[in-house]
Amino acid sequence: MNAVTKIAGAALRHDSAVKHATGEARFIDDMPEPAGTLHAALVTSPVAHGRLRALDLAPARAMPGVVAVLGPADIPGENDIAPIARNEVLFVEDTIEHHGQALALVVAHTRDEALRAAAALRPDIEALPPILRIQDGRDWLVGPFTMKNGDADAALAAAPFTAQGEFEIGGQEHFYLEGQVALAIPGEGAEMLVHSSTQHPSEGQHIVARVLGVPYGAVQVQCRRMGGAFGGKESNASWVAAAAALAARHTGRAVKLRLPRKADMAATGKRHPFLYRWRAGFDAQGRITALVAEMTADGGHSVDMSGGVVMRALTHAINAYSVADLRVTCGAIKTNHVSNTAFRGFGGPQGAMLMDDVLAHVARATGQDIEAVRARNFAGGPNPTHTPYGQALEGDLIRRVHAEAMADSGWERRRAEIAAFNATHPTLRRGLGCFVSAFGISFGIPHLNQAGALVHVYTDGSVRLAHGGTEMGQGLFIKVAQVVAEVFSVPIETVGLAATHTAEVPNTSPTAASTGSDLNGWAAFNAADAIRTRMATVAAKHFGCAEDEVRFQDGQVLGATDNQRLTFGELAKKCWLARVSLSATGYYATPDLEWDMQAVRGKPFFYFSYGAAVSEVVIDTLTGEHRVLSAHLVQDCGKSLNPAIDRGQIEGAFVQGMGWLTSEELWWDPAGRLRTVGPSTYKIPGSRDVPPVFQARILEAGPARVNTIFRSKAVGEPPLLLAGAVWNALKDAAGVAHLDAPVSPERLLRAGQRA
Amino acid sequence: MQDDRIRFTLNGQPMALPAGTIATRTLLDWLREDARLTGTKEGCAEGDCGACTVVLEDGARREPINACLATLGQMHGRAIRTVEGIGRAVAEALADADGTQCGFCTPGIVMSAWAWTREGGDAHEALAGNLCRCTGYRPILEAMERMQDDGARADAVAPPPASFATPTQVFHLPATLAEAVALKRALPDAWLLAGGTDLGLRFSEHRENPPAVIALLNMAELRGLRVDAAGIRIGAAEPYSALHEACAGDADFAPLAPYLARLGSRQIRAMGTVGGNLGTASPIGDALPILLALDAVVETSARELPVADFLLDYRRNALAADEIIAAIRLPRPAPGALLVAEKLSRRHDQDISAVAMVACVEFAGGVVSRARIAFGGMAATTRRATGAEAALIGRALTRETAREAAAALDFTPLSDWRGSAEWRMVAARGLVERLWLRHAHPEMPADVFAVPA
Repeated sequence: MNAVTKIAGAALRHDSAVKHATGEARFIDDMPEPAGTLHAALVTSPVAHGRLRALDLAPARAMPGVVAVLGPADIPGENDIAPIARNEVLFVEDTIEHHGQALALVVAHTRDEALRAAAALRPDIEALPPILRIQDGRDWLVGPFTMKNGDADAALAAAPFTAQGEFEIGGQEHFYLEGQVALAIPGEGAEMLVHSSTQHPSEGQHIVARVLGVPYGAVQVQCRRMGGAFGGKESNASWVAAAAALAARHTGRAVKLRLPRKADMAATGKRHPFLYRWRAGFDAQGRITALVAEMTADGGHSVDMSGGVVMRALTHAINAYSVADLRVTCGAIKTNHVSNTAFRGFGGPQGAMLMDDVLAHVARATGQDIEAVRARNFAGGPNPTHTPYGQALEGDLIRRVHAEAMADSGWERRRAEIAAFNATHPTLRRGLGCFVSAFGISFGIPHLNQAGALVHVYTDGSVRLAHGGTEMGQGLFIKVAQVVAEVFSVPIETVGLAATHTAEVPNTSPTAASTGSDLNGWAAFNAADAIRTRMATVAAKHFGCAEDEVRFQDGQVLGATDNQRLTFGELAKKCWLARVSLSATGYYATPDLEWDMQAVRGKPFFYFSYGAAVSEVVIDTLTGEHRVLSAHLVQDCGKSLNPAIDRGQIEGAFVQGMGWLTSEELWWDPAGRLRTVGPSTYKIPGSRDVPPVFQARILEAGPARVNTIFRSKAVGEPPLLLAGAVWNALKDAAGVAHLDAPVSPERLLRAGQRA
Repeated sequence: MQDDRIRFTLNGQPMALPAGTIATRTLLDWLREDARLTGTKEGCAEGDCGACTVVLEDGARREPINACLATLGQMHGRAIRTVEGIGRAVAEALADADGTQCGFCTPGIVMSAWAWTREGGDAHEALAGNLCRCTGYRPILEAMERMQDDGARADAVAPPPASFATPTQVFHLPATLAEAVALKRALPDAWLLAGGTDLGLRFSEHRENPPAVIALLNMAELRGLRVDAAGIRIGAAEPYSALHEACAGDADFAPLAPYLARLGSRQIRAMGTVGGNLGTASPIGDALPILLALDAVVETSARELPVADFLLDYRRNALAADEIIAAIRLPRPAPGALLVAEKLSRRHDQDISAVAMVACVEFAGGVVSRARIAFGGMAATTRRATGAEAALIGRALTRETAREAAAALDFTPLSDWRGSAEWRMVAARGLVERLWLRHAHPEMPADVFAVPA
């Protein structure tokens, strides 16, 4: 392998960029429908909690165009869509647990007919009081688990100073632009093909098979691309696929289920809201010596993936810092909200906000500058490098990203300008904030850290690449294609991209946890390398040179001398004539992971990605309006596989994180109905909300100290945390340490009044 | 002669839809399902995400609209351009700048950008009606800087009056106000449809199919905008974009322009009308505080009346069953008046007001001689804060008098997802206090959006 890569590391654009922009790129709803395709619509609960006494399906059956109306009694397999635990129903049988929960499915000739018939049903429900706040929760869905180091109580008692805090951060709707959609096409016998907009085709396969009561092998799931996902198309895509497949099984026809936006936002899970309570001990310089904290996640009504979210919140609770004696607990409590699920960062962002609340209070209590307090508490350097669960952080990288973001932002100059502005303006206040993150890369569940790929070389030298990762806009397909093109040293256009398909690469993990290119990149490398090795053998024989003298270079294959030369295609043809296989599977499992979930101890991550950001804001003390003026981001990507794609991930994640902490608020009415179920009421950032000064850069010569694919690092989730800089800047402008999020104008005014 | 088929130009090709086409079918559904032009996407079906953006062309003008809210009947006589009907230049500029990630919002963004290359203006304002969840917009804005007008143009043809009938629905496009009034008498339950940016939700989201619709878009008496010494007269069916342009181009009305630029998006303003805002009488309609603060006059098919007498209660107005709003007259503010339009919402662009305030304060001899302060979002209907107005009369506008006026606000707002009643009161008082800052310190940024980065 060449030491210097040419294609891996190139800033190539997204494989579908032009097709996206011309409208040629096909999403599932754009595909030509098989003849006779029917359309389905969900019947959903109008209440948040209640006993379903009866649901008379007859009125819908009598509506024009209706072909079938399906309830729990029509499920041939199990009425269970749980991804990890069990007993999460597709259709309610008895107890309704949240507003918008699926009760039944109407299938009709047109989507309008299905929607109208679904709206005509009137479930008979005995309403029960809903639990809507974490504070009112009674039943744990997960945990609580405890992460411990030293003796936190003794250290608190011994600390010269103590402080305590309680704060909340709300949930977040994914708002993928393409809503949930599946097209199920029945085959012969038990066979079912589902085109699903999913991050997890294998789980879709399993859930469809479980609901239909057929073996996994009878069901195939395919996904070429999603119109955004962000974690919202893991478990939630699976049940949408299962509902479509159930209708296809009953009618014998292809069935498409595409959720209207409001139904999608009511019926699918979101980022977990968190409630935090903590006490910390520290010295006069702000070095934190003791911490006792409780974090409680709103799991919604069922487990879904809350276990993983809780674990990641715990492992990120101390973030890039070091606290000698601590006890942090985290669990997910049951409420009558939709079951909360994966969302970019998966509990990591929620966990990582804890220490910044603590740091703000400690800085205030000691009269220290918050950045001095921050630096004093970084892991590494004079402090221990180990996380509370035992894995080492890289203190040099933590300090490097912090220093570079501070320098990029012109922190000192801005501080002076802000002081002058705030001293003279009667109503507006500016503020500055920083955030540093250390994000662990790997699935928290060790067995998920595996991937497969399937590579074919055809006899003209064209290549086809399939792997288990899914494309949701993050640029995974181009990155993995770059790996394969690098191995063969062929132009990127040579590598054809296959849709993700359970029949080509089976038993896959979700494309999640930022691991897509790490895992699938290595799997594809291994597949391509196996073929390359076989091809080199044929080439050596042909040239009459040693195998290690064969070089693959710019679409050519060279032997020991200059006149020993074949095109890649000519060599492929020679391999076929020599009866040498040009197809290989590749497999990869992340090495050296161990995790004791009960003890919250071990080495759950292959490595960490580090990042830092500085942001400036301005607020209006009359109204609570606020605006982000600038953001400077430095993100460690190791040796980036594709700097253009990675920059897009950094910027997009930051803006999405900004939305989570500022404008995006989920609002339930007192009856527990989510009322922010469309973009008219749920406000994600628009173009004007992006800081007018916005500089996001990849850390130069960032070292990857473990053997990642071409020494790159994962980037999907880590930069989302950097939006914490905006939260911190808002606190600075308002002159407060405590600020609940999302920071609406109202919360900002209220916080300022308390201060 | 009435036309009985829907005719429009699509991507340069004249089309006549088959008789029997349901005229309230959305343009988006027709494009995707019947015309099989699937580049235009459905993201929300409520006119807020912009994935369905297409462009209406009229001579040199290009107005982006939301295809999800537009009905086929409203498209009669228009020239429509979809992403499939433009060259590749805009698409390639966006791709070159890494301006796409998942690609689902992209065709809508391409169409807004394509319109913007002709129409110009603030790029953020041009993108206000398009949400992207992946990129963080920076590369899209950079790509826009490199885009150029391709020079393409298509003309809309003045449509003949039309009536589209199916066994379940009749959709009228009358050509005169008299015809429309006669139709309204004959069909008392007919829906009056102007731009459809509010009513359109009943087609797009709720999939309703009304038996009778009278569309008000093609009547000359309801169109047109005139600016003269007396002020602005705007036809009830003239889109907001025309009012925005008129205000931006007239020094006396100019303070309203940035506020009108926050009313919906370009897509919404290209279709939505002031007449429609009055027709629904919504307490959060952003046009209404302007009308109250300027003592606007509503002209209907039968009479003229002050706007304050027109708005009766929550979503209730003074229109008789057979009466149709024809035009609105906005009197010109007095010379030297302080005209301020404020909007508080969760997001600056494309959001519904939590609180809106428009104030017109006149001065004589250094003291306030007349004040009109109108609020939206603070009560069941848009109304004036008469107590606050009275508190200013005869006094200089200082921070103290502004605070006293703020304290005199007598509203009992509601709590909802846009804000609690308590915050609405505090923030509304803040807006009244801010009148002082705008008046006394024009050299200072008065709000967060005026602060340079």
